[in-house]
Amino acid sequence: MPQAQTYWTTLTAPLIRQNPVTLQILGICSALAVTTSLATALTMSVSLTAVLTLAAGLVSMIRRHIPDAIRLIVQIVIVASLVIVIDQILQAYFAEISRALSVYVGLITTNCLVLGRTETYARHHPPLPAMVDAFGNGLGYSLILIVIGGLRELFGKGQLFGAQVLPLAETGGWFTPLSLMLLAPSAFFLLGLLVWAVRGLHPEQVEQPEHTPPLQKVPAE
Amino acid sequence: MAGRDWNPWRRLLALPNESRTKTVIVAFLVSAVCAALVSGATVVLRPIQTANRAAEEQARIAALVQGIPGMTTLLEQSGGALSTVVIDLTTGRAAAEVTPATLEATLNDATHWTVLDAAQDVAGLGQRPDFAQVFLLRDNDTVSLVLLPISGQGYGGRIDAILALRGDMNTIAGIAVTRHSETPGLGGRIQETSWQGDFPGTELRDENGEMRFAVARGPAATAYEVDGITGATRTGRGVTQMVRFWLGPDGYGPLLDAIQRGSSEPCRKRRPIGPH
Repeated sequence: MPQAQTYWTTLTAPLIRQNPVTLQILGICSALAVTTSLATALTMSVSLTAVLTLAAGLVSMIRRHIPDAIRLIVQIVIVASLVIVIDQILQAYFAEISRALSVYVGLITTNCLVLGRTETYARHHPPLPAMVDAFGNGLGYSLILIVIGGLRELFGKGQLFGAQVLPLAETGGWFTPLSLMLLAPSAFFLLGLLVWAVRGLHPEQVEQPEHTPPLQKVPAE
Repeated sequence: MAGRDWNPWRRLLALPNESRTKTVIVAFLVSAVCAALVSGATVVLRPIQTANRAAEEQARIAALVQGIPGMTTLLEQSGGALSTVVIDLTTGRAAAEVTPATLEATLNDATHWTVLDAAQDVAGLGQRPDFAQVFLLRDNDTVSLVLLPISGQGYGGRIDAILALRGDMNTIAGIAVTRHSETPGLGGRIQETSWQGDFPGTELRDENGEMRFAVARGPAATAYEVDGITGATRTGRGVTQMVRFWLGPDGYGPLLDAIQRGSSEPCRKRRPIGPH
């Protein structure tokens, strides 16, 4: 079944090999900000995946009738409306988490990942492949966020989903929390290490050096 | 194709994408659909959000009371409950005909709001309700703590807070910000307990009865100031004005006077509190 095969590739490619975060370094602003705990990272992942998939489907449905002059406006309006709806749902049913995510749900609108996928893929493909591609990219983003969120919460507080996993030193255990893990720079370090790991696995992703080091000057004698 | 297609929808779709008519119509249709989607979600989910906010406010009041030193023992002595009173702000007495249950309905009526003129309106509210619900803690007939809901204009929008005053009605016992829309990380830090921790013990007025409370620009210098937040000058000023307005003669001033005199008598004469 070549058709199913294609969908499967479209879905799984963005997970590791074509991961939007590690390969294209898209959407890292939210990846840095909301990954202090696993719960917020997971909520953000689900919200972004939902917005991305729905936006891709909608844009792809009307793709033949979007005038070129206003195509970005149309895409942004669709994405922004979906984001507002998701934000309202979070405020109603997950008030606590919605407060922890603060402005970052709203910022999904300007997440380069969303606009990138609707602009490059959904605008040229039928709804089903577009949604599969968007869903795959959402999952790739989620994977990175959950890995970073999990590591940060585990090493920063010794918890996962708010439940104590590692016994803390102050309550008689052995684990001393690394407070650095709760600050934004640690997400940057972890992301860097992840990119390193992925490019170690797939050396073809390594970029060519932009500059060649200058030749060593041999002191004239 | 045979002849002209009389179906306007199909004729629209057949137009070239670049045509001006189609651009305008597509833009209009997309906006209309999106607007319907957004308003639908907002209207459907508003009751749940309001309930969430009310529950959160209750939790904050409870946390505020718990966080004040010595409050737990006081609560135990007085039977463990705060009394809720609706105050008529113009007289400073308990409102006779308005109860906490009917407060909301009363305030929906525009005649129960006082429009503030520019000189009075330091908190940028425009108008002020005539009734407000406050929480009192009594210790053998003397009021030992009062929780006053206050609100004012911040940088990003309205700030709602609950201010707790000690029995002398001049010392702040604590503050809880219940709602704000300040910039996260800057003005939004007013909801952090580390910032609010500076409020307990801060005094409002000096010996002459003049209102001195302020959020400082930078670290607090006097007993009447609390530390400011770097990069959030306008939020700090909003909090200052909010406290000054609500504890001044146009806010809870009459009520505080009445409590200070330790009487439940009618209090029509105002003690001068000074410029606000």
